[in-house]
This record gives sequence, C-alpha cells and structure tokens, in this order.
Amino acid sequence: MDGSSIKMRVQDLSAYYGKSRAIEHIQLDIPERKVVAVMGPSGCGKSTLVRCLNRIHETAPKARVEGTVLLDGEDLYALDATLVRRRVGMVFQKPNPFATMSIYNNVSAAPRFGGHYSRDEMDRIVVRSLKQAALWDEVRERVDAPATSLSGGQQQRLCIARALAAQPEVLLMDEPCSALDPLATAKIEQLISELKQEYTVVIVTHNMQQAARVSDYSAFLYLGKLIEFGPTEEVFERPKDHLTEAYITGRFG
Amino acid sequence: MKFDRHQRRKIFSHGMTVLSGLAIVVILIPLIAILYEVIVQGLPAFSVGFFTKQFPVPCGSSNPSACPQGGIAPAIQGTFILIGMSSLIALPIGIGAAMFAVEYGGQSVWARAISTMADVLSGLPSILAGVFAYSLFLQYNRTLTFSTFSEAIALAVLMVPVVTRATEEALRTVPQSVREAALALGIPRWKSALRITLITALPGVVTGALLSIARAAGESAPILLTSLFSLHGFTGFNYSVTPMPLWIYYAATSPYHNWQVLAWGTALFLVLIILSISVVSRIVLNRLTRRAAGG
Amino acid sequence: MPMGSGANPFPSSSPSRPRRPARWGNRIFAFLTGAGAVILVGIVLALFVFLYLGAKQSIDTFGFRFFTISIWNPFPYNVYGIVPFLAGTLITSSVALFVAVPLSLGAAIFLTQQAPRWMRGPVAQLIELLAAIPSIIYGFWALIVLVPIMRYDIEPKLYTYLGWTGLFSGTPIGLDVLTASLVLAVMVIPTITAISRDAMAAVPISQKEAALSLGATNWEVTRRSVIPYARTGIFAGIVLGLGRALGETMAVTLVIGNSNHVPKSLFSQGQTIASGIANQFLEASSPLELSALIEAGLVLLVIALAINVGARVILGRLQTGRGVGQE
Repeated sequence: MDGSSIKMRVQDLSAYYGKSRAIEHIQLDIPERKVVAVMGPSGCGKSTLVRCLNRIHETAPKARVEGTVLLDGEDLYALDATLVRRRVGMVFQKPNPFATMSIYNNVSAAPRFGGHYSRDEMDRIVVRSLKQAALWDEVRERVDAPATSLSGGQQQRLCIARALAAQPEVLLMDEPCSALDPLATAKIEQLISELKQEYTVVIVTHNMQQAARVSDYSAFLYLGKLIEFGPTEEVFERPKDHLTEAYITGRFG
Repeated sequence: MKFDRHQRRKIFSHGMTVLSGLAIVVILIPLIAILYEVIVQGLPAFSVGFFTKQFPVPCGSSNPSACPQGGIAPAIQGTFILIGMSSLIALPIGIGAAMFAVEYGGQSVWARAISTMADVLSGLPSILAGVFAYSLFLQYNRTLTFSTFSEAIALAVLMVPVVTRATEEALRTVPQSVREAALALGIPRWKSALRITLITALPGVVTGALLSIARAAGESAPILLTSLFSLHGFTGFNYSVTPMPLWIYYAATSPYHNWQVLAWGTALFLVLIILSISVVSRIVLNRLTRRAAGG
Repeated sequence: MPMGSGANPFPSSSPSRPRRPARWGNRIFAFLTGAGAVILVGIVLALFVFLYLGAKQSIDTFGFRFFTISIWNPFPYNVYGIVPFLAGTLITSSVALFVAVPLSLGAAIFLTQQAPRWMRGPVAQLIELLAAIPSIIYGFWALIVLVPIMRYDIEPKLYTYLGWTGLFSGTPIGLDVLTASLVLAVMVIPTITAISRDAMAAVPISQKEAALSLGATNWEVTRRSVIPYARTGIFAGIVLGLGRALGETMAVTLVIGNSNHVPKSLFSQGQTIASGIANQFLEASSPLELSALIEAGLVLLVIALAINVGARVILGRLQTGRGVGQE
C-alpha cells in the first residue's frame, strides 16, 4: 500500500450481539498515519467494526468477537484490554464528556487515572491535547468550568482532546460529526486532516462527502460484510463492486 | 331529552371532580392534625435542658410544677450511636451490592437477583428485623441479644434495601456512553466505576443514604425487641441504648405526666430531623442533577 | 512502552509510568462489591433460617395445629395458636384498605386528571409527608387524640345507627380494632396514592384524546380510558398498601387494645401478628411462648414477602410493557 506500513490488521473478524451477527469475516489493513473512512448504510456494522478495534464491543452485554486484530503485529485480544484502549483511543457519536468534571479534569482523565504525573506534566499534557484538538484558544480562560458549559461542537473537540491525552497511536471516531452543525463539522474535519500527521485515524461516517473529503482510504460495509476497500479516490471514482457504486451514487442508503 | 342527558353527564363529571378533590382534603386532615398536635404539645417542652439533661425520674404527681423536668439527652445520644453503627454496616453493603449489580451484572441473572432481593427486603415488616436480630444472637451469643450490636443490625437490615435500590437507580441513570468514554480511555473498570460512574451518580446515592437514615431514625419496633429498658444512655456496646422513637413509646405508654411532656417534645424533634433530612436530600438531588445536566 | 515508532506526540512529557495491569484492581473491586451482593442475598436467606431456628420449639410442639388453635393462652394451658393474631391482622388490614383505597384513588385521580398543574407537585409531596412520619408518632397521636374522639364522638354514633349490622356492637371504648384500622388506613394511603398516581400519569395522552374526541366528559375520560389503562398499576399499589398494613407495628400496638382473642366486632380489642410480637416478646411467659411468637413472625414474613413479590411482579410486567399496553 504505497509504501506506508500497516498499523492495524483485521483478520477474519466477526462480531455478535447475542445470537445476531453484526459483522462477518472482515479483512482490513489500516495503514499508519492515514485516515481510513468506514462507510455504509445504517445498520451495516460499521460502528461494530471500529468498536472491535479497541475492545469496547465486548463490554456490551452478550457481545462476542471472533477472529484477530493485530496492532503493530501484536494480537489485540491477547493484550490487556485497558492497555489496548490506551493505545487505541475513541471518540463517540454523541459528545460524552464526564458531566461531573471540569474541562481540565476531562482532558486529564486518562493520565490521572492511569499514571503518576506531576502537576506540571499534567498541565503540559492538557494544554497540548487541547491545542491539538483546536480547542485551546476557546477555553484557555476557563479550563475549570464544567465540561457541560461548552457547546456541542466544543464538547466533541473536548472528547477528542480527552482521547489524545491518553497518548494513543490510533484514534477511532464513530460518526463524530453526526450530532454537530455544519460549522462545527468543518472544524472537526480540518482537525482530522491535521491529526493524521501523528496518528492513524479510523472514522466511521454515513456521509459520503465527508469520507471523500477527509480520508485517504475508504471501506464500504454492507450487511456486515466488507464490500470494498481501497484508496478513497479509487473507491469513489472506479468502484469495483456494483453495490459500492450504487451506494456512492446515492441509489440507496 | 338529549340536552338533558348531556347536562346530566356534565354535572356528574363535575361532581366526581369535587369528590376526588374532597379525598385530598380528607387525606390531609390527619397530616395536619398530627403535625398540629406535635408542634403545639412539643414546642413547650423545648429548652436547653431538653437537649442536655438526663431522663427525669418518673413523677406521679398531678401537679406538673412539682415534677422534675429533665431532658432526652440519652435518647438523642442513642439515636446518633445507632444511626452511626447501622450506617457503617448498611451503606457499604447496599452500595456494594448495587455497584456489583449494575457494573458487573448488566442484565444477568445475578443483577436481577440482587434487584429482586432488595425489593423483597424492602417489604420486610420492620418488627421482623428485630425478631431476626434477636434470634441471630440467641443462636450465637445470648448476652448480646439486647445490645447496641443487636439494635444496629436490626436497623441495618431495614436500611440495606433502601440504599441498594436508590444506588442502583442512580447508577442506571448514568448513561452507558459515560462508561464507554472511560473504558475507551483505557481507565480500568474498577477505577471508572468508583471515580466516574459513582461520582456521576453521587447525588442519587447520597439521597438514598439519607433516606435510609431517615427511615432508621424513626424506627422503634425492631429496637423494642433488641433493647432492654435502658435509661442511662450509652454504657458500652454490650448494652442497649434507647433511641428517640423507643423513648416515645416508653413515655407514651407510661402514666407519668413529666414523661409524656418529654415524649411530645421528642416527637417534634424527631419529626423535624426526619423532615429536614428528606427535604435537604431532595434539594441536594435537584440542585446537583440540574448542574450535572448543565443547565 | 506501547508507543508506536515515532508516533509519540509528547516526547518531552512522557515519564516512564508503571503499567500495572488493571486485573488486580478489578478483582479486588469485584470481590468487595460482590461481597455486598452476597450479603444482601444472605440477609434474605438468614431471615428465614434464624426465624425458623427461633420458631423450632413451637413448630415441634404444635405442628400444623398452630394454624387451627384459636387461643393464645400462657396460663394455664401454655398453648398457642396464631388464629387470634391472624384474624386481627386480616380484619384491620381489610378495613384499612376499605377506607384507604377510595380515598387514595380519588386523590390519584385528582392529582393526575383534574388538579391545576401548579398544585400537583406540592400536594403530592404533602401526601408523601404522611409516609415520612414515624409509626410511633402515629401511635402516640392516635392514643392521645384519636382514641378519645373515637370513644366519645364517633363510635357511639356508629353504635346507634349501624349497630344492627353487627360490625359495631359491644362497648365503644376507642382502644379497638376500628381505631387501629383507621390509623392503618392513614399510613397506607401514601403508598397506594403514589403508585396509582404514577400508573395514571403514565397513561398516554393519545388514550385520553381518543375518549375526548368521542365527546366524553372529564369523568368519562377517567372512568373509561385512564382507569382501565392504569388498572394493573393501581392493583399493584393496593397490594403494596396491603403489605404495609399487614406488617405495621407500633401504631397498631398502641391502639388495638392488646387482647389475644378473635375480635367479635370492630369495637373489640384485638391483636395483629406484629402487635402481638411487640406487646409480648419481652414479657413472654415461657420459652415456648417466645418460640410461638417467633413462629408467628415467620408466618408474617412469608405473607408479607409473598405479597411484596407479587406486587413487584405485577409492576415489573407493567414496566416491561407486557401488562397493559398491549391488552
């Protein structure tokens, strides 16, 4: 894949909720420091797929996973789950800041609960993370205000900052803009293109324009199966599968 | 004819409205009557001595001024000791069980069993908590059948379901997204359960704890079976104490005028404590939940 | 260090941190909270076990006759049967429900259907205040205030006008089954009102609109639409009220008259299981009487818990939507 190394490798991955299978036999290579978009109509399993990449899926009742996911060649499911989640961060569909905490405490949540930092180091992490999430200028005067005092778009960037403060290598974003207005969406998209300088980003979206705008690679899922995966340009301009073509030309979904 | 019938239906409807409104009035009469009586009879008993002095010697004289007045210090002390001990027992059990049910149980059989058991226990007639504590020590250590231990265990049995259910409800109102956010940051489950979920649910948990304390503070039936008429306040954990509700029972059923006066005072003080606990906890809950909602 | 090659965004601020697996923390936490859960379940089991152990002597002595012997007699027979207590319990609870149910339903209807909105919250909270007043204070108040009123004003009138029914015969002295029942009624009203109110408030607006669009009056909406829809919840509320009435102790103990005989009328003195235990536990004449009291407690335990579980099952079915919505 144009010379970049593989960060995560998904091999024959299936995931279940109880008896119902959400995704089946997914094969996918996620290149390092690229943006991979996962798209498809609702219910196609795209959220489930990324939720398997940081082992959040298995925390749901009766959820089960089969197959392997490799992170830098190591089997994700053989590692400690909490450590995996440190390395593979996640931003959720709806902004979910910790309501009882201030902005500062939200961002510092992961390092505070997971390591021993001095106040100085913590400050530095918080400031860096907020800067990376392009939120610093808006909140520098009030980092001790409650997180819930922020607007929806700011809250989502706060959640991004919070994920970044855990110092992840991969950042999963599950439809991060679906609850946001166009202006806030534009900010997050801009942010994504900056984040790929340092992180591998996997973004779930049902918005094809967004996938086309922000991603380097695109995956198309339909009914739990991976239909097509390749460089975004190719997927959009010369789709190999007629389902993909039907989807991107807006004939369903 | 048709007009008449319509008219009649209307009048009947209004009549039923009046009747149901009347039901409210009838219900509130005893409430007002009780509060009125407790205040009017209880207020005169309040003085500094009421809170600081020992129970008075029973006085048979019909002339009140000839009788020693005394106070209810031993009963206040008894209530605080028992509440403290039973909280120490009941709060960890209740909060622990609820956290286990919600954080580990999910929808499992265990979670269901815990909720069901808490529900079942909440329907326990309070006197049976006393019978239980008594029988428990009867089997193991007869000298403790009447002791602060026995009393506190009886009260704790009544507190546990209240705490469990309130905590469980509060924990379940914490959105799953908050737990996921914490897990996704690689925060271990136990840390996120204690420092994020529990803190988020804290207003509800505190309210539950306060309500259980209010309940225990007003109970007399289980204490009646696990204490022996002790009028000297706290003399060691192996001996029983007389909390306020039990003192009211003793005094109310006694023929002594000076005791009855103190009983009314105790009733007023107890009502004030219990009502302020429930009012305060409600205010705390409202304020904190509103702040958490960001409004 | 888990950092990928060169992907560390914090080169200057990444001290070596101990990566202790969370497994031990999780285990300890699961153990401690699990202990709470086990103790909770254990308490329920222990209730049955220790009451059984305490009741064993009586069970061995009387066997099933405990339920048929209609006397509770320390002297001279030393024979104990639960019949007088059971009769007192059932009579007081029935009369209490007879009084409390119409009042509670009226209140619930008023609070959900008719009262102006600003009034609903405060009035509902006032009614809930009734539940916060300790049992002993009800009893004390009833003993000092209600008993004389019953004795001199209400009961003589009931005797004059309704004495022929047989319910109100005998000497009205105020300390009797009727007074105990009325106090119980007041004490169960908040329970029944609160749960019926919730059930009625949960009736979807569409149900009411359907009736209104047919030209129903306010009362007809309530009667034909709200009450049928909420009936499962109302029933559960009444059952929970019954559970509370059966086990209520101190208030009853103070006014029921403390007599171990089956009541002949509502003016008779009597005893409920709970008041029997409260009155006689510490003054039991023999180990056998104490054991019989504990057995009575065991019976109360079974009845009260069964009723409570029944009500929860009904309510639970209501919540999962299998109850009313789809009928």
